[in-house]
Amino acid sequence: MKSRKVIVVGASSGMGRELVRQLAARGDRVAAVARREDKLAELAAEHPQQILPFPHDVTQPASVPELFAEICRQLGGLDVIIYAAGVMPEVGATEYSFEKDRAMIDVNLTGAVAWLNAAADRFQNVGHGTIVGIGSVAGERGRQGQPMYNTTKAALKTYLEALRNRLSKRGIRVTTIKPGPTATEMTAHLKQTGMMGAEEAAERILRVMDSGKEKFLKPSHAVIFAIIRNIPSGVFRRLKL
Amino acid sequence: MKSTALETSRLRHLTGFGMVSGADAFVFEPRTEADLIRVFQVARESGRKVALRGNGRSYGDANIAEEAIVLDIRRMNRILDWNPETGVLHAEAGVTIEQLWRTSLGDGWWPPVVSGTMFPTLAGALAMNIHGKNAFHSGTIGEHVLEIRAVLPNGTSLTLTPADDAFYELISSAGLLAAITEVKIQMRAVASGDLRVLPLSIANWDEQFATFESLADEADYLVSWIDAFASGRSAGRGLIHAAWYQEESGARPHSLREDHQDLPDTLIFGLPKSMMSNFLRPFNRRGGMRLINAAKFRASRLLGNGRPHPDGLVGFSFLLDYVPNWRNAYQPGGFIQYQSFVPKEHARRVFAEQFRLAQEAKLEPFLAVMKRHRPDRFLFSHAVDGYSLALDFKHTTKRHEDLWRLCHRMNDLVLAAGGRFYFAKDSTLRPSDVAQYLGEETIARFRARKAEWDSEGMLTSGLAQRVGLI
Repeated sequence: MKSRKVIVVGASSGMGRELVRQLAARGDRVAAVARREDKLAELAAEHPQQILPFPHDVTQPASVPELFAEICRQLGGLDVIIYAAGVMPEVGATEYSFEKDRAMIDVNLTGAVAWLNAAADRFQNVGHGTIVGIGSVAGERGRQGQPMYNTTKAALKTYLEALRNRLSKRGIRVTTIKPGPTATEMTAHLKQTGMMGAEEAAERILRVMDSGKEKFLKPSHAVIFAIIRNIPSGVFRRLKL
Repeated sequence: MKSTALETSRLRHLTGFGMVSGADAFVFEPRTEADLIRVFQVARESGRKVALRGNGRSYGDANIAEEAIVLDIRRMNRILDWNPETGVLHAEAGVTIEQLWRTSLGDGWWPPVVSGTMFPTLAGALAMNIHGKNAFHSGTIGEHVLEIRAVLPNGTSLTLTPADDAFYELISSAGLLAAITEVKIQMRAVASGDLRVLPLSIANWDEQFATFESLADEADYLVSWIDAFASGRSAGRGLIHAAWYQEESGARPHSLREDHQDLPDTLIFGLPKSMMSNFLRPFNRRGGMRLINAAKFRASRLLGNGRPHPDGLVGFSFLLDYVPNWRNAYQPGGFIQYQSFVPKEHARRVFAEQFRLAQEAKLEPFLAVMKRHRPDRFLFSHAVDGYSLALDFKHTTKRHEDLWRLCHRMNDLVLAAGGRFYFAKDSTLRPSDVAQYLGEETIARFRARKAEWDSEGMLTSGLAQRVGLI
């Protein structure tokens, strides 16, 4: 397979880091973008020829256009962008923290829009490219446990669908990934068992990222969440999901 | 170097003519020399390299570079002066060969050297120093240039004539030394817009070379199509076209008019020309092309063999230009053209072996064309006292590696025979191939001129990066 040029935003941990590792291992040239410089340096050291580290805080969207252009220049082009940055702070059942909610909007949504808009603008001019957003099954319904996390992922899903509808006629693929419960730093506080590992999730993402569709990583999720999406609100409210 | 972001509206995905090599780049289209100098300034400020591009007729990656600024010369396309008494034409470098003949033919002048397509710009034609079917006696286009103006990346303009050594370095330097902006060229006087064309069906390699050598002293144009699928005693069979300029009475013969030269809207079997690429696509595979090559050879035996006929200069020179988008028959994978130049003593053996290797790999070229050449003194000269064989290979993702391996094996044959290559056609040369055929002295001379004229190393191309010239 021809080596591709890829940007992964949110590369210092979890699925983002695994994606960078696996892309680099198969010969792709990857720009790893994340806030934590020490983690980026560790990652880049694994494949120094393949991985270019770019420290960046996704809550600073104003710096994205210039950094995006510079990354494309250093990569020598761009074939794929993956937005994998995300936060899901622990939120109490009766807690309404504007700070936590705003952090989720900034990282999960505003940061995604800043990076993926830049990519969409580039790709529509060159007529090729793949945009991948890491969504979540949590965006399927408004749940009691994580109102703003659900909201940001639902908004991301809608935004990516709109990009897909705009850009597919220009030969650009926009893929929304809904990984399902995955064991990462972000989900460590959930204390949930049976979660998929980040390494496995990254393997599955790489298999479907060029599909240009919404993709669950496990076939069973497609069925389960089709049902969940269609549960009437009154019933869903009583399920305490 | 940190870059300043350029407007994304300038971004384009550009490909070489073969549609195999591609790159995303920021396209600038200057209309004047002052505009062009500003493009170099923008490149400097944005920390980007510059690739020079004419009408994109080089087959591979010579006119593209990833993330570079592509300086597209096509809007600098004014004929600055035309003297029908002397045949000297002065033009901006974005003028195409088509503009040349449309300007001059009515007055009885024809471009001294034309490629197989009329769409290259003068800038591209000189950057690659193109040749034509008359290469064996008229050489390359650079030999007919009287004066050339160019802009260096630092904004300095210079004018060169054949009296300057640098003239022979800039022409043929594949756009890596300076941007050519204006050209004065000596056109060739013709008394008629028609040629006398003699088709000769050829049975095998021995007959190919014997016929070329016997006609080289008298014909004005010589070219041979060869059936690359034929093997054994039929290997090398094909069809030679020899052509001669004609005399015609009258001050301005009708044959010199544009409407006499342009080909009709239908080509064969009454099919509109615009449909030809769609018609060809189902045949554009091994089995189909084997049949078409065999049928073309049979037809050459039966139709007009040895019988001269008149043909317009344009139709004879640029037939494929009248089949719109013929290259789309090679979609989706595109195609590469592989052209090697081999001294005459070794040409038969090398070309026969190239065919054998291609047949062994089941990667026969769908089109094979042979021409005769003479050496020239230009820096990156492709010419030899010998022959060239141009091979069109269909490219697919599935057989990409096999095709490159085949080309590298063919390169080895050419190099062992003291042969050369042509950057306008190349997609597969390795740094070691280029180092061997150009030689240390030529590369050192190129690097010295590059250091003098382009000390920032601004001019680049995918080809230059691939073969290690920069």
